[in-house]
Amino acid sequence: MCTVCGCETGEMKIDGAQSRGHGHSHAPGFTQERMVQIETDILAKNNEYAAANREVFAGSNVLALNLVSSPGSGKTTLLTRTIEDIAGNTSLAVIEGDQQTTNDADRIRETGVQAVQINTGKGCHLDGHMVGHALEKLSIEDGILFIENVGNLVCPASFDLGEAHKVVILSVTEGEDKPIKYPDMFHASDVMLLTKTDLLPYLDFDVDLCLDYARRVNPNIEIFQVSPKTGEGMQNWYSWIASRQASNEIARSG
Amino acid sequence: MHELSICENIVSVIEEQAVEQSFGKVKTVRLEIGPLAGIELEALLFSFDVAAKGGVAENATLEVIEMPVIGLCISCSQSVEVKERYDPCPICGSFQVQITGGEELRIKELEVL
Repeated sequence: MCTVCGCETGEMKIDGAQSRGHGHSHAPGFTQERMVQIETDILAKNNEYAAANREVFAGSNVLALNLVSSPGSGKTTLLTRTIEDIAGNTSLAVIEGDQQTTNDADRIRETGVQAVQINTGKGCHLDGHMVGHALEKLSIEDGILFIENVGNLVCPASFDLGEAHKVVILSVTEGEDKPIKYPDMFHASDVMLLTKTDLLPYLDFDVDLCLDYARRVNPNIEIFQVSPKTGEGMQNWYSWIASRQASNEIARSG
Repeated sequence: MHELSICENIVSVIEEQAVEQSFGKVKTVRLEIGPLAGIELEALLFSFDVAAKGGVAENATLEVIEMPVIGLCISCSQSVEVKERYDPCPICGSFQVQITGGEELRIKELEVL
């Protein structure tokens, strides 16, 4: 149950436990009609939770990466390979977001790394509030937190979780025009991993066109071509992670 | 389809304001939404009625002020109006356009009783 905030979601579960909601407030009525200026960002509340998470990360020297992609891009496979390859160098933790099942967190735990599963119920994205609660169940300091978001290239773009960087994963079995079909996500991400490159010989995927589309939407995006299966290109991704961890760039303004 | 959670956020801001600014009923909610905010207006309008049920904003009208997409072209340094993130600069054709407006997702004001 929530002691620090007003939980309002009834569907969210963290490691199978239901979160409890509570009712809303009612104010005494005035009868006079008037205009109230609000000028409030609708996501302000989420941004507050994200800012609180960001403070936690900064305080414990944790590099938080928010992994986003469509379903089936191979996020979890990429993540388990990454974990196996870099676990010797630094301490790691994973937050898994899916509508249902704890399958992904189970897969991560098999690697020996601590993982928390968030089930969003009907929700299509993780938000700052859910991640804040998931953090209570993890103990990590001086390391890397991977947050694997719900497989969805639309909604997670709008919700800051307090991460240092969004990393968008696109597999070569998808269309090369995904970056312009779902521009918000590619715009919001600092890194794009083009994955499953070992399959390129069997596909008509135009890599150059895909990278061109990605840079149109986000001229500053860093791109790595990787294959978690063969390991090709993965070193570049690890070097990027290491460089981010080294530079003190934990907190990025949302 | 995150419009429902967006509406839950809107309703929660309104409920907080109802206590702070002492009003008991909302007639109109005026929002500023940019085309790049990732919001489908039809879905937003539909979700709002559901999210507002039983609270001070029940039966309130949702009005949306649509904002333009504005970008700053890095190549020619002009402020330009575009439609999408991947549009080239209409003046010089460069794709180095940094979006500066059009991502708004804001509650501007409320008409209350």
